[in-house]
Amino acid sequence: MERSVVFAGFGGQGVLLAGKILARAAMEEGLEVTWLPSYGPEMRGGTANCTVVIADEPIGSPIVDRPDVLLAMNGPSLDRFEPRVAPGGTVIVNRSLIERPLRRTDVKGVYLQANDLARELGEPRAANMVALGAVVRALGVVPLEAVGQAIGEELGAKGRERLVEVNRAALERGHQKSGAPPSPPHFSRPG
Amino acid sequence: MTERQLMTGNEAMAEAAIRAGCRTYFGYPITPQNEILEYMAAHLPAAGGAFVQAESEVAAINMCYGASAAGVRTMTSSSSPGISLKLEGISYLAGADLPCVIVNVMRGGPGLGNIAPAQGDYFQATKGGGHGDYRVIVLAPSTVQEAAELVGLAFDLSDRYRVPAMILADGMLGQMMEPVALPPHRDPATLPPKPWALTGAKGREPNYVASFALDPKDLRELNLRRHERYREIAAREVRWEEVATEDAHVLLVAYGTMGRIAKTVVRRARGEGLKVGLLRPITLWPFPYAPIRELAARVRAVLTVELSAGQMWEDVRLAVEGRCPTPFYGEMGGVVPTPDEVLAEVKRLA
Repeated sequence: MERSVVFAGFGGQGVLLAGKILARAAMEEGLEVTWLPSYGPEMRGGTANCTVVIADEPIGSPIVDRPDVLLAMNGPSLDRFEPRVAPGGTVIVNRSLIERPLRRTDVKGVYLQANDLARELGEPRAANMVALGAVVRALGVVPLEAVGQAIGEELGAKGRERLVEVNRAALERGHQKSGAPPSPPHFSRPG
Repeated sequence: MTERQLMTGNEAMAEAAIRAGCRTYFGYPITPQNEILEYMAAHLPAAGGAFVQAESEVAAINMCYGASAAGVRTMTSSSSPGISLKLEGISYLAGADLPCVIVNVMRGGPGLGNIAPAQGDYFQATKGGGHGDYRVIVLAPSTVQEAAELVGLAFDLSDRYRVPAMILADGMLGQMMEPVALPPHRDPATLPPKPWALTGAKGREPNYVASFALDPKDLRELNLRRHERYREIAAREVRWEEVATEDAHVLLVAYGTMGRIAKTVVRRARGEGLKVGLLRPITLWPFPYAPIRELAARVRAVLTVELSAGQMWEDVRLAVEGRCPTPFYGEMGGVVPTPDEVLAEVKRLA
Protein backbone atom coordinates (compact mmCIF):
# COMPACT_ATOMS: atom_id res chain seq x y z
CA MET A 1 0.00 0.00 0.00
CA GLU A 2 1.24 3.47 -0.91
CA ARG A 3 -1.08 6.49 -1.00
CA SER A 4 -0.18 10.09 -1.68
CA VAL A 5 -1.87 13.44 -1.25
CA VAL A 6 -1.01 16.98 -2.30
CA PHE A 7 -2.27 19.80 -0.04
CA ALA A 8 -2.24 23.10 -1.92
CA GLY A 9 -3.48 26.62 -1.28
CA PHE A 10 -2.55 30.21 -0.41
CA GLY A 11 0.22 30.74 2.11
CA GLY A 12 -1.59 31.23 5.42
CA GLN A 13 -4.44 28.79 4.72
CA GLY A 14 -2.67 26.15 6.76
CA VAL A 15 -2.04 23.52 4.11
CA LEU A 16 1.43 22.69 5.47
CA LEU A 17 -0.01 22.23 8.97
CA ALA A 18 -2.85 20.05 7.68
CA GLY A 19 -0.31 17.83 5.93
CA LYS A 20 1.86 17.68 9.01
CA ILE A 21 -1.06 16.59 11.20
CA LEU A 22 -1.89 13.83 8.71
CA ALA A 23 1.77 12.75 8.67
CA ARG A 24 1.88 12.62 12.46
CA ALA A 25 -1.30 10.53 12.57
CA ALA A 26 0.15 8.09 10.02
CA MET A 27 3.33 7.76 12.08
CA GLU A 28 1.36 7.08 15.26
CA GLU A 29 -0.48 4.34 13.34
CA GLY A 30 2.88 2.67 12.72
CA LEU A 31 2.97 3.54 9.02
CA GLU A 32 5.82 4.99 6.97
CA VAL A 33 5.29 8.58 5.91
CA THR A 34 7.05 11.47 4.18
CA TRP A 35 6.00 15.14 4.38
CA LEU A 36 7.61 17.27 1.71
CA PRO A 37 6.90 21.01 1.74
CA SER A 38 7.36 23.54 -1.00
CA TYR A 39 10.02 25.61 0.70
CA GLY A 40 10.74 28.27 -1.88
CA PRO A 41 10.65 31.98 -1.00
CA GLU A 42 6.98 31.62 0.03
CA MET A 43 4.97 34.23 1.88
CA ARG A 44 1.46 34.88 3.12
CA GLY A 45 -0.77 35.27 0.07
CA GLY A 46 1.63 33.36 -2.17
CA THR A 47 1.12 29.69 -2.95
CA ALA A 48 2.14 26.86 -0.65
CA ASN A 49 1.87 23.12 -0.95
CA CYS A 50 3.06 19.92 0.61
CA THR A 51 3.07 16.31 -0.45
CA VAL A 52 2.38 13.51 2.02
CA VAL A 53 3.12 9.89 1.10
CA ILE A 54 1.83 7.14 3.39
CA ALA A 55 2.89 3.52 2.96
CA ASP A 56 3.28 0.27 4.85
CA GLU A 57 6.86 -0.17 3.55
CA PRO A 58 9.86 2.19 3.25
CA ILE A 59 9.06 5.10 0.94
CA GLY A 60 11.26 5.76 -2.09
CA SER A 61 10.51 9.04 -3.81
CA PRO A 62 8.96 11.76 -1.65
CA ILE A 63 8.15 13.49 -4.95
CA VAL A 64 4.91 12.25 -6.40
CA ASP A 65 4.13 12.51 -10.10
CA ARG A 66 0.58 11.11 -9.77
CA PRO A 67 -1.01 11.90 -6.38
CA ASP A 68 -4.05 9.82 -5.37
CA VAL A 69 -5.70 12.77 -3.67
CA LEU A 70 -5.47 16.52 -4.26
CA LEU A 71 -6.77 19.11 -1.84
CA ALA A 72 -7.17 22.40 -3.69
CA MET A 73 -7.88 25.22 -1.24
CA ASN A 74 -7.86 27.89 -3.95
CA GLY A 75 -8.23 28.31 -7.70
CA PRO A 76 -4.55 28.58 -8.68
CA SER A 77 -3.85 25.32 -6.81
CA LEU A 78 -6.60 23.51 -8.69
CA ASP A 79 -5.31 24.84 -12.01
CA ARG A 80 -1.77 23.73 -11.19
CA PHE A 81 -2.32 20.29 -9.73
CA GLU A 82 -5.54 18.95 -11.29
CA PRO A 83 -3.72 17.62 -14.40
CA ARG A 84 -1.33 15.58 -12.21
CA VAL A 85 -3.87 13.60 -10.16
CA ALA A 86 -3.77 9.84 -10.75
CA PRO A 87 -6.65 8.56 -12.92
CA GLY A 88 -9.35 7.33 -10.56
CA GLY A 89 -8.06 9.66 -7.83
CA THR A 90 -9.97 12.23 -5.84
CA VAL A 91 -9.87 16.02 -5.99
CA ILE A 92 -11.24 17.92 -3.01
CA VAL A 93 -12.34 21.34 -4.22
CA ASN A 94 -12.77 24.16 -1.71
CA ARG A 95 -16.08 25.50 -3.03
CA SER A 96 -15.86 28.52 -0.75
CA LEU A 97 -13.10 29.98 -2.92
CA ILE A 98 -13.11 28.03 -6.18
CA GLU A 99 -15.50 29.06 -8.89
CA ARG A 100 -15.16 26.22 -11.35
CA PRO A 101 -15.85 22.48 -11.54
CA LEU A 102 -13.18 19.90 -12.38
CA ARG A 103 -12.01 19.78 -15.96
CA ARG A 104 -11.15 16.11 -15.81
CA THR A 105 -13.74 13.37 -15.97
CA ASP A 106 -11.49 10.49 -14.88
CA VAL A 107 -11.13 11.67 -11.28
CA LYS A 108 -13.70 12.00 -8.52
CA GLY A 109 -14.63 15.50 -7.39
CA VAL A 110 -15.54 16.25 -3.79
CA TYR A 111 -16.91 19.78 -3.43
CA LEU A 112 -16.64 21.19 0.05
CA GLN A 113 -17.42 24.67 1.42
CA ALA A 114 -14.42 24.55 3.73
CA ASN A 115 -14.34 28.23 4.73
CA ASP A 116 -18.12 28.47 5.20
CA LEU A 117 -18.24 25.32 7.30
CA ALA A 118 -15.39 26.60 9.47
CA ARG A 119 -17.16 29.93 9.92
CA GLU A 120 -20.31 28.11 11.01
CA LEU A 121 -18.24 26.46 13.73
CA GLY A 122 -17.10 29.89 14.90
CA GLU A 123 -13.47 29.50 13.79
CA PRO A 124 -12.84 30.69 10.22
CA ARG A 125 -9.18 29.70 10.47
CA ALA A 126 -10.12 26.02 10.80
CA ALA A 127 -11.01 25.69 7.10
CA ASN A 128 -7.84 23.61 6.68
CA MET A 129 -9.09 21.10 9.27
CA VAL A 130 -12.49 20.88 7.54
CA ALA A 131 -10.61 20.07 4.35
CA LEU A 132 -8.35 17.59 6.17
CA GLY A 133 -11.48 15.70 7.24
CA ALA A 134 -12.33 15.22 3.57
CA VAL A 135 -8.74 14.19 2.78
CA VAL A 136 -8.87 11.53 5.51
CA ARG A 137 -12.01 10.05 3.97
CA ALA A 138 -10.61 10.13 0.43
CA LEU A 139 -7.31 8.52 1.46
CA GLY A 140 -8.87 5.82 3.58
CA VAL A 141 -5.64 4.65 5.23
CA VAL A 142 -5.52 6.65 8.47
CA PRO A 143 -8.42 6.51 10.96
CA LEU A 144 -10.18 9.80 11.74
CA GLU A 145 -9.59 9.31 15.49
CA ALA A 146 -5.83 9.12 14.92
CA VAL A 147 -5.93 12.43 13.05
CA GLY A 148 -7.99 13.99 15.84
CA GLN A 149 -5.36 12.76 18.28
CA ALA A 150 -2.59 14.25 16.13
CA ILE A 151 -4.35 17.64 16.20
CA GLY A 152 -4.00 17.55 19.97
CA GLU A 153 -0.30 16.69 19.75
CA GLU A 154 0.41 19.34 17.15
CA LEU A 155 -1.61 22.22 18.65
CA GLY A 156 -2.14 21.17 22.20
CA ALA A 157 0.06 23.38 24.29
CA LYS A 158 -1.35 24.21 27.72
CA GLY A 159 -4.23 26.65 27.61
CA ARG A 160 -5.14 25.79 24.03
CA GLU A 161 -7.83 23.25 24.79
CA ARG A 162 -10.51 25.30 23.01
CA LEU A 163 -8.33 25.57 19.92
CA VAL A 164 -7.83 21.81 19.83
CA GLU A 165 -11.53 21.24 20.39
CA VAL A 166 -12.70 23.51 17.58
CA ASN A 167 -10.12 22.08 15.18
CA ARG A 168 -11.29 18.55 15.97
CA ALA A 169 -14.87 19.64 15.42
CA ALA A 170 -13.85 21.10 12.05
CA LEU A 171 -12.06 17.86 11.12
CA GLU A 172 -15.16 15.83 11.92
CA ARG A 173 -17.43 18.25 10.10
CA GLY A 174 -15.34 18.00 6.91
CA HIS A 175 -15.20 14.24 7.19
CA GLN A 176 -18.95 13.99 7.61
CA LYS A 177 -19.80 16.49 4.84
CA SER A 178 -17.48 14.86 2.33
CA GLY A 179 -19.27 11.56 2.85
CA ALA A 180 -22.70 12.96 1.97
CA PRO A 181 -24.07 12.11 -1.47
CA PRO A 182 -22.78 14.84 -3.78
CA SER A 183 -25.30 17.43 -4.83
CA PRO A 184 -24.49 18.62 -8.35
CA PRO A 185 -22.53 21.83 -7.80
CA HIS A 186 -23.65 24.94 -9.57
CA PHE A 187 -20.84 27.11 -10.88
CA SER A 188 -20.96 30.61 -12.21
CA ARG A 189 -18.04 29.84 -14.52
CA PRO A 190 -17.67 26.82 -16.81
CA GLY A 191 -14.67 24.53 -16.41
CA MET B 1 9.76 -0.55 17.99
CA THR B 2 11.80 2.39 19.30
CA GLU B 3 9.63 5.44 19.69
CA ARG B 4 9.66 7.49 16.52
CA GLN B 5 9.46 11.25 16.19
CA LEU B 6 8.34 13.31 13.21
CA MET B 7 11.26 15.57 12.30
CA THR B 8 12.76 17.39 9.36
CA GLY B 9 16.13 16.18 8.14
CA ASN B 10 17.71 19.37 9.47
CA GLU B 11 16.25 18.89 12.97
CA ALA B 12 17.14 15.20 13.01
CA MET B 13 20.78 15.91 12.08
CA ALA B 14 21.05 18.54 14.81
CA GLU B 15 19.51 16.29 17.46
CA ALA B 16 21.64 13.35 16.35
CA ALA B 17 24.75 15.51 16.75
CA ILE B 18 23.82 16.42 20.32
CA ARG B 19 23.15 12.75 21.06
CA ALA B 20 26.53 11.83 19.56
CA GLY B 21 28.22 14.04 22.15
CA CYS B 22 28.67 17.18 20.04
CA ARG B 23 29.08 20.01 22.55
CA THR B 24 30.07 22.92 20.32
CA TYR B 25 28.30 24.21 17.24
CA PHE B 26 29.28 27.24 15.19
CA GLY B 27 27.28 28.40 12.20
CA TYR B 28 26.01 31.22 10.06
CA PRO B 29 22.49 31.24 8.58
CA ILE B 30 21.73 30.18 5.03
CA THR B 31 18.68 28.50 3.49
CA PRO B 32 17.83 25.59 3.29
CA GLN B 33 19.64 24.54 6.47
CA ASN B 34 18.66 27.24 8.98
CA GLU B 35 16.70 24.76 11.10
CA ILE B 36 20.03 23.21 12.13
CA LEU B 37 21.14 26.51 13.66
CA GLU B 38 17.73 27.10 15.20
CA TYR B 39 17.68 23.64 16.72
CA MET B 40 21.21 23.94 18.07
CA ALA B 41 20.49 27.39 19.50
CA ALA B 42 17.45 26.01 21.30
CA HIS B 43 18.85 22.67 22.51
CA LEU B 44 22.66 22.60 22.65
CA PRO B 45 23.04 24.92 25.67
CA ALA B 46 20.57 22.76 27.61
CA ALA B 47 22.83 19.77 26.89
CA GLY B 48 25.75 21.64 28.43
CA GLY B 49 27.17 22.72 25.08
CA ALA B 50 28.02 26.01 23.43
CA PHE B 51 26.16 27.48 20.47
CA VAL B 52 27.60 30.45 18.64
CA GLN B 53 26.09 32.18 15.65
CA ALA B 54 29.34 33.42 14.17
CA GLU B 55 29.87 36.62 12.20
CA SER B 56 30.58 34.63 9.03
CA GLU B 57 31.07 31.12 7.68
CA VAL B 58 34.84 31.64 7.80
CA ALA B 59 34.64 32.52 11.48
CA ALA B 60 32.43 29.53 12.20
CA ILE B 61 34.76 26.94 10.66
CA ASN B 62 37.75 28.45 12.46
CA MET B 63 35.85 28.29 15.75
CA CYS B 64 35.41 24.59 14.99
CA TYR B 65 39.19 24.38 14.54
CA GLY B 66 39.71 25.80 18.01
CA ALA B 67 37.09 23.64 19.68
CA SER B 68 38.40 20.52 17.98
CA ALA B 69 41.97 21.29 18.99
CA ALA B 70 40.68 21.44 22.58
CA GLY B 71 39.33 17.89 22.16
CA VAL B 72 35.62 18.70 22.01
CA ARG B 73 33.24 17.22 19.47
CA THR B 74 32.32 20.06 17.16
CA MET B 75 30.09 20.69 14.18
CA THR B 76 29.23 23.37 11.66
CA SER B 77 26.65 23.37 8.90
CA SER B 78 25.87 25.43 5.85
CA SER B 79 24.61 25.22 2.31
CA SER B 80 26.61 25.32 -0.91
CA PRO B 81 27.80 28.97 -1.10
CA GLY B 82 28.54 28.92 2.62
CA ILE B 83 30.56 25.72 2.29
CA SER B 84 32.67 27.41 -0.39
CA LEU B 85 33.55 30.04 2.22
CA LYS B 86 34.50 27.35 4.74
CA LEU B 87 36.93 25.55 2.45
CA GLU B 88 40.04 27.34 3.66
CA GLY B 89 39.18 26.30 7.21
CA ILE B 90 38.44 22.73 6.16
CA SER B 91 41.87 22.52 4.54
CA TYR B 92 43.42 23.80 7.77
CA LEU B 93 41.49 21.21 9.81
CA ALA B 94 42.77 18.51 7.45
CA GLY B 95 46.30 19.89 7.72
CA ALA B 96 46.14 19.89 11.51
CA ASP B 97 44.61 16.38 11.61
CA LEU B 98 41.59 17.69 13.48
CA PRO B 99 38.22 15.94 13.61
CA CYS B 100 35.15 18.00 12.76
CA VAL B 101 31.72 17.31 11.30
CA ILE B 102 30.56 19.61 8.50
CA VAL B 103 27.00 19.38 7.17
CA ASN B 104 26.33 20.63 3.65
CA VAL B 105 22.61 20.87 2.81
CA MET B 106 23.20 21.43 -0.91
CA ARG B 107 21.25 23.90 -3.02
CA GLY B 108 21.25 24.94 -6.67
CA GLY B 109 24.41 26.60 -7.95
CA PRO B 110 26.89 27.85 -8.97
CA GLY B 111 27.11 31.24 -7.36
CA LEU B 112 24.16 32.38 -5.27
CA GLY B 113 22.06 29.98 -7.36
CA ASN B 114 18.81 29.18 -5.60
CA ILE B 115 17.55 27.30 -2.55
CA ALA B 116 16.19 24.20 -4.30
CA PRO B 117 17.72 20.71 -3.86
CA ALA B 118 20.84 19.93 -5.92
CA GLN B 119 23.94 17.75 -5.93
CA GLY B 120 26.35 20.11 -7.62
CA ASP B 121 28.88 20.06 -4.76
CA TYR B 122 30.07 16.48 -5.27
CA PHE B 123 33.42 17.52 -6.71
CA GLN B 124 33.89 20.09 -3.97
CA ALA B 125 33.13 17.53 -1.24
CA THR B 126 34.98 14.49 -2.57
CA LYS B 127 37.93 15.94 -4.47
CA GLY B 128 39.31 18.23 -1.83
CA GLY B 129 37.58 21.54 -2.43
CA GLY B 130 40.17 23.50 -0.52
CA HIS B 131 43.88 23.61 -1.21
CA GLY B 132 46.41 20.87 -0.62
CA ASP B 133 46.52 17.10 -0.78
CA TYR B 134 43.74 16.20 1.58
CA ARG B 135 40.59 14.13 1.85
CA VAL B 136 37.35 14.50 3.76
CA ILE B 137 35.14 11.53 4.64
CA VAL B 138 31.85 12.18 2.82
CA LEU B 139 28.59 10.51 3.89
CA ALA B 140 25.39 10.89 1.83
CA PRO B 141 22.09 10.13 3.60
CA SER B 142 18.91 9.51 1.62
CA THR B 143 16.32 9.46 4.40
CA VAL B 144 15.80 11.41 7.60
CA GLN B 145 16.51 8.22 9.58
CA GLU B 146 19.76 7.66 7.73
CA ALA B 147 20.72 11.32 8.16
CA ALA B 148 20.44 10.91 11.93
CA GLU B 149 22.48 7.71 11.88
CA LEU B 150 25.21 9.04 9.61
CA VAL B 151 25.77 12.10 11.78
CA GLY B 152 26.75 9.78 14.65
CA LEU B 153 28.95 7.77 12.31
CA ALA B 154 30.57 10.95 10.99
CA PHE B 155 31.64 11.94 14.51
CA ASP B 156 33.04 8.48 15.22
CA LEU B 157 34.96 8.18 11.96
CA SER B 158 36.24 11.74 12.19
CA ASP B 159 37.59 11.15 15.70
CA ARG B 160 39.02 7.70 14.90
CA TYR B 161 40.99 8.80 11.83
CA ARG B 162 41.46 12.48 12.76
CA VAL B 163 39.99 13.46 9.38
CA PRO B 164 37.13 15.97 8.92
CA ALA B 165 33.86 14.31 7.94
CA MET B 166 31.13 15.85 5.82
CA ILE B 167 27.44 15.01 5.60
CA LEU B 168 26.43 15.75 2.02
CA ALA B 169 22.65 16.25 2.08
CA ASP B 170 20.40 18.47 0.00
CA GLY B 171 17.55 20.89 0.50
CA MET B 172 14.88 18.27 0.06
CA LEU B 173 16.29 16.02 2.76
CA GLY B 174 16.82 19.01 5.03
CA GLN B 175 13.25 20.28 4.69
CA MET B 176 11.21 17.08 4.52
CA MET B 177 9.81 15.33 7.57
CA GLU B 178 9.81 11.59 8.24
CA PRO B 179 9.49 9.48 11.35
CA VAL B 180 12.90 8.93 12.92
CA ALA B 181 14.03 6.64 15.71
CA LEU B 182 16.81 8.69 17.25
CA PRO B 183 20.06 7.10 18.45
CA PRO B 184 20.67 6.99 22.22
CA HIS B 185 22.45 9.81 24.08
CA ARG B 186 26.19 9.40 24.52
CA ASP B 187 28.03 11.03 27.37
CA PRO B 188 31.06 12.93 26.01
CA ALA B 189 33.02 11.70 29.05
CA THR B 190 32.70 8.11 27.81
CA LEU B 191 34.05 8.80 24.30
CA PRO B 192 37.54 7.53 23.39
CA PRO B 193 40.25 9.83 24.80
CA LYS B 194 42.15 12.29 22.60
CA PRO B 195 45.69 12.36 24.01
CA TRP B 196 46.77 14.81 21.29
CA ALA B 197 44.27 17.49 22.32
CA LEU B 198 45.18 20.84 23.90
CA THR B 199 43.72 20.30 27.34
CA GLY B 200 46.35 22.03 29.48
CA ALA B 201 49.88 20.65 29.75
CA LYS B 202 50.07 20.45 33.55
CA GLY B 203 52.01 17.31 34.41
CA ARG B 204 52.74 16.30 30.81
CA GLU B 205 54.65 17.38 27.72
CA PRO B 206 52.83 20.12 25.75
CA ASN B 207 50.88 19.02 22.67
CA TYR B 208 51.26 20.81 19.37
CA VAL B 209 48.39 21.30 16.89
CA ALA B 210 49.03 23.20 13.66
CA SER B 211 48.68 22.90 9.92
CA PHE B 212 52.15 24.31 9.40
CA ALA B 213 55.54 22.70 8.74
CA LEU B 214 58.13 24.96 7.11
CA ASP B 215 60.64 22.22 6.29
CA PRO B 216 59.57 20.37 3.12
CA LYS B 217 60.82 17.05 4.52
CA ASP B 218 58.70 17.49 7.63
CA LEU B 219 55.62 18.42 5.61
CA ARG B 220 56.17 15.49 3.28
CA GLU B 221 56.36 13.18 6.30
CA LEU B 222 53.11 14.59 7.73
CA ASN B 223 51.41 14.13 4.38
CA LEU B 224 52.68 10.58 4.00
CA ARG B 225 51.33 9.61 7.40
CA ARG B 226 48.00 11.28 6.62
CA HIS B 227 47.73 9.43 3.33
CA GLU B 228 48.47 6.19 5.16
CA ARG B 229 45.28 6.88 7.13
CA TYR B 230 43.40 7.75 3.93
CA ARG B 231 44.35 4.33 2.51
CA GLU B 232 43.12 2.68 5.70
CA ILE B 233 39.80 4.55 5.41
CA ALA B 234 39.46 3.54 1.75
CA ALA B 235 40.10 -0.09 2.70
CA ARG B 236 37.76 -0.26 5.70
CA GLU B 237 35.00 2.33 5.54
CA VAL B 238 33.31 2.01 2.14
CA ARG B 239 29.54 1.80 2.57
CA TRP B 240 26.78 1.32 0.01
CA GLU B 241 23.33 -0.22 -0.43
CA GLU B 242 22.21 -2.52 -3.24
CA VAL B 243 18.60 -2.98 -4.37
CA ALA B 244 17.60 -5.78 -6.77
CA THR B 245 21.08 -6.08 -8.28
CA GLU B 246 21.24 -9.93 -8.41
CA ASP B 247 19.79 -10.31 -11.92
CA ALA B 248 19.85 -6.69 -13.09
CA HIS B 249 20.43 -5.86 -16.74
CA VAL B 250 20.59 -2.13 -16.06
CA LEU B 251 22.27 -0.83 -12.93
CA LEU B 252 21.35 2.60 -11.60
CA VAL B 253 23.90 4.44 -9.47
CA ALA B 254 22.46 7.33 -7.46
CA TYR B 255 23.01 8.82 -4.00
CA GLY B 256 21.11 10.89 -1.46
CA THR B 257 17.70 12.19 -2.50
CA MET B 258 18.30 10.94 -6.03
CA GLY B 259 19.11 7.53 -4.54
CA ARG B 260 15.71 7.21 -2.88
CA ILE B 261 13.90 8.42 -6.01
CA ALA B 262 15.85 5.73 -7.89
CA LYS B 263 14.38 3.12 -5.51
CA THR B 264 10.91 4.04 -6.74
CA VAL B 265 12.22 3.82 -10.32
CA VAL B 266 13.50 0.29 -9.64
CA ARG B 267 10.18 -0.73 -8.08
CA ARG B 268 8.20 0.58 -11.08
CA ALA B 269 10.63 -0.94 -13.59
CA ARG B 270 10.40 -4.33 -11.87
CA GLY B 271 6.60 -3.97 -11.91
CA GLU B 272 6.85 -3.74 -15.69
CA GLY B 273 9.15 -6.75 -15.91
CA LEU B 274 12.36 -4.79 -16.50
CA LYS B 275 15.45 -6.11 -14.75
CA VAL B 276 16.73 -2.95 -13.15
CA GLY B 277 18.79 -2.64 -9.97
CA LEU B 278 20.31 0.13 -7.90
CA LEU B 279 23.62 0.70 -6.17
CA ARG B 280 23.38 3.63 -3.78
CA PRO B 281 26.74 4.88 -2.49
CA ILE B 282 26.49 5.88 1.18
CA THR B 283 30.13 6.93 1.43
CA LEU B 284 31.06 9.19 -1.49
CA TRP B 285 34.62 9.24 -0.23
CA PRO B 286 35.72 6.57 0.07
CA PHE B 287 33.77 5.70 -3.09
CA PRO B 288 32.42 2.16 -3.68
CA TYR B 289 34.58 1.49 -6.75
CA ALA B 290 34.91 -2.27 -6.14
CA PRO B 291 31.20 -3.21 -5.90
CA ILE B 292 30.35 -1.11 -8.97
CA ARG B 293 33.21 -2.69 -10.90
CA GLU B 294 31.97 -6.16 -9.95
CA LEU B 295 28.39 -5.41 -11.05
CA ALA B 296 29.57 -3.70 -14.25
CA ALA B 297 30.89 -7.06 -15.46
CA ARG B 298 27.37 -8.53 -15.23
CA VAL B 299 25.06 -5.77 -16.51
CA ARG B 300 24.39 -4.24 -19.95
CA ALA B 301 24.70 -0.64 -18.78
CA VAL B 302 25.40 1.41 -15.68
CA LEU B 303 23.20 4.52 -15.62
CA THR B 304 24.32 7.29 -13.27
CA VAL B 305 21.52 9.60 -12.13
CA GLU B 306 22.41 12.84 -10.34
CA LEU B 307 21.12 16.31 -9.57
CA SER B 308 24.18 17.68 -11.38
CA ALA B 309 25.77 17.76 -14.83
CA GLY B 310 27.60 14.50 -14.04
CA GLN B 311 30.05 14.69 -11.14
CA MET B 312 29.78 11.31 -9.41
CA TRP B 313 29.52 10.03 -12.98
CA GLU B 314 33.32 10.45 -13.25
CA ASP B 315 33.86 8.10 -10.31
CA VAL B 316 31.36 5.61 -11.73
CA ARG B 317 33.28 5.57 -15.01
CA LEU B 318 36.55 5.09 -13.10
CA ALA B 319 34.93 2.10 -11.42
CA VAL B 320 33.47 0.58 -14.60
CA GLU B 321 36.64 1.12 -16.66
CA GLY B 322 34.90 0.43 -19.94
CA ARG B 323 33.35 -2.92 -18.95
CA CYS B 324 29.94 -1.70 -20.18
CA PRO B 325 28.32 1.50 -21.43
CA THR B 326 27.99 4.23 -18.77
CA PRO B 327 25.18 6.61 -19.76
CA PHE B 328 24.21 9.59 -17.61
CA TYR B 329 20.93 11.27 -16.68
CA GLY B 330 20.93 14.47 -14.68
CA GLU B 331 19.05 17.58 -13.78
CA MET B 332 20.48 20.89 -12.62
CA GLY B 333 19.51 24.18 -11.07
CA GLY B 334 17.31 22.67 -8.38
CA VAL B 335 15.10 20.68 -10.76
CA VAL B 336 14.38 17.22 -9.34
CA PRO B 337 13.21 14.57 -11.82
CA THR B 338 10.13 12.51 -11.05
CA PRO B 339 10.42 8.70 -10.94
CA ASP B 340 8.63 8.44 -14.31
CA GLU B 341 11.11 10.77 -15.99
CA VAL B 342 14.00 8.58 -14.87
CA LEU B 343 12.05 5.45 -15.76
CA ALA B 344 11.65 6.70 -19.33
CA GLU B 345 15.44 6.97 -19.56
CA VAL B 346 15.85 3.47 -18.09
CA LYS B 347 13.46 2.04 -20.68
CA ARG B 348 15.65 3.31 -23.49
CA LEU B 349 18.45 1.13 -22.09
CA ALA B 350 16.64 -1.97 -20.79
